[in-house]
Amino acid sequence: MSDINMARAQLAPGEKSIIEFNDVNKWYGDFHVLKNINFSIKKGERIVVCGPSGSGKSTMIRCINRLEEHQKGDIIVDGVEMNNNLKNIEAIRKDVGMVFQHFNLFPHLTILENLTLAPIWVRKMPKKEAEEMAMHYLERVKIANQALKFPGQLSGGQQQRVAIARGLCMQPRIMLFDEPTSALDPEMIKEVLDVMVQLAEEGMTMVCVTHEMGFAKTVADRVVFMDAGEIVEANEPNSFFNNPQHDRTQNFLSQILNH
Amino acid sequence: MAIEFKPSPSLPPPVNSVGAVAWVRQNLLSSPLNIFLTLFSFYVLYLLLPPVVEWGFLTATFSGASKAACTGGGACWAFIAVYFDQFMYGLYPSEETWRINLALILLVILVATFAVKTVNKLYLSIGIIAVYPVVAYFLFAGGIFGLEVVETSLWGGLFLTTLLGVIGIVASLPLGVLLALGRQSNMPIAKSICIVFIETIRAVPLITILFMASVMIPLFLPEGMNFNKLLRVLIGITLFSAAYMAEVIRGGLQAIPKGQYEAADAMGLSYWQSMILVILPQALKLVIPGIVNTFIGLFKDTTLVYIVGMFDLLGRIQAATHDANWLGTTIEGYAFAGFVYWAACFGMSRYSMRIERKLETGHKRN
Repeated sequence: MSDINMARAQLAPGEKSIIEFNDVNKWYGDFHVLKNINFSIKKGERIVVCGPSGSGKSTMIRCINRLEEHQKGDIIVDGVEMNNNLKNIEAIRKDVGMVFQHFNLFPHLTILENLTLAPIWVRKMPKKEAEEMAMHYLERVKIANQALKFPGQLSGGQQQRVAIARGLCMQPRIMLFDEPTSALDPEMIKEVLDVMVQLAEEGMTMVCVTHEMGFAKTVADRVVFMDAGEIVEANEPNSFFNNPQHDRTQNFLSQILNH
Repeated sequence: MAIEFKPSPSLPPPVNSVGAVAWVRQNLLSSPLNIFLTLFSFYVLYLLLPPVVEWGFLTATFSGASKAACTGGGACWAFIAVYFDQFMYGLYPSEETWRINLALILLVILVATFAVKTVNKLYLSIGIIAVYPVVAYFLFAGGIFGLEVVETSLWGGLFLTTLLGVIGIVASLPLGVLLALGRQSNMPIAKSICIVFIETIRAVPLITILFMASVMIPLFLPEGMNFNKLLRVLIGITLFSAAYMAEVIRGGLQAIPKGQYEAADAMGLSYWQSMILVILPQALKLVIPGIVNTFIGLFKDTTLVYIVGMFDLLGRIQAATHDANWLGTTIEGYAFAGFVYWAACFGMSRYSMRIERKLETGHKRN
């Protein structure tokens, strides 16, 4: 990683960052999956992470809410250091919503119950209040009329919108998206991206692993390119797409943009 | 201008693909082999049914005071009629058997109340799990409110079978869940304890465990610390069945996609919350057939208590066939036992199918 890009990835001094990676390293057995990740994200920033498969991008965002443990370096989320302290982890998970590639809705619960589960049990919210809030978010993702169905009865795009609403129900300060559109049919990608764009416009801090470069161009504040466990390049979208610095980035962009 | 697309209307299915004729065609006569099997089955039924009906009903004797009264040449059901109370209640004093009936009626009423929508299910569950057993225990054993004390050594027959089966089933399920979770956990000590327990119990026949419970444990306990044999046997049966249950449930836990655990974690649910609210409801539903399998096995295995001198339904029947007045009624006795066990196990199996259908939410696994 060049010094210029290091500097770009760093924040200007004095600005408050909500997520900080300091020299983060992670291994799966012998495999060095994250190498010296240094990166920080400001409150309200929308970050798109891209890169070839196996480059460590999913692993990186899963470290933010400790679905994966890092072995070296620090990750500080919202002022709390991610370590083995269960209290810290639970506190952060309350504040960080996550949307998965395969939706991971709970198939035995209705849509409404999927949304109210965490508010009721983690936030200790009264059931009625939780249901009202859930209906509010379901309306926002335009799916309120399906509230009493089970996830298996919905299309992929609808399920993913429910998953986004479920994340929002915890009223998180940060939303993580781990390839939210990769498992969807082309017809359904747009409806999910529309919800994400709307969310981005409202100022939610978002970290999004995706191959949707159109989304990156329209909403991202910065695009991060990862390869082989390293952040190769991080830049605002205009420069990132029109003037990539690294030949690895150029190569990647030519692969995914010209087909 | 674009032409508007209109889907063509749906047509009804062809006539011969629905209704009784279609059922016969599809299920009985779909191929030459199936036609042959159908005819063959009818032939076997033709050979078997008439003699069974003749023996069991047409030439059977339904009342009488001894085997000598059975002169019809068919089954001697009088034997069952005379001994019926003993088969049901063992040696429980006959003027006190209303207590067992009352406990049974209470249980049926409590369980039936589940179907009433307005009842608070939580209170009802607490009633059934915590209060009912205490009430039932005092009804059975007596000793308070002027109820005569009935020693557990007098408990027997179908009553004992049901008692062993129901308590074994009810107690082994939660224990099995805990063992399965323990075996899956990251805590090395809890994990090793669960593995050692499960593997030890599974490697030992039930008879050995019953022997341990009834003969060995009293030898090891200090004088005066002895506790009831029925209780020891119950604990033995429960532990035995819990070990099997644990492995069935572990299979269910392994079938739950990793994403479900991750989604629960990412929401900030604690370990127990995510297990109880997210993972176990799905895992248990998946393994209902395996759980019921274990239940049915346990219910039938309770007959082994005759080894340690307890007379359950089968034990009572066997003892009665040795009655000098009723020699030669073994077949009737075993036929009756077989029918009762079949009815109970078939009931469990149908009930589990109903639960499975009720819990079906039409989901795709992801």
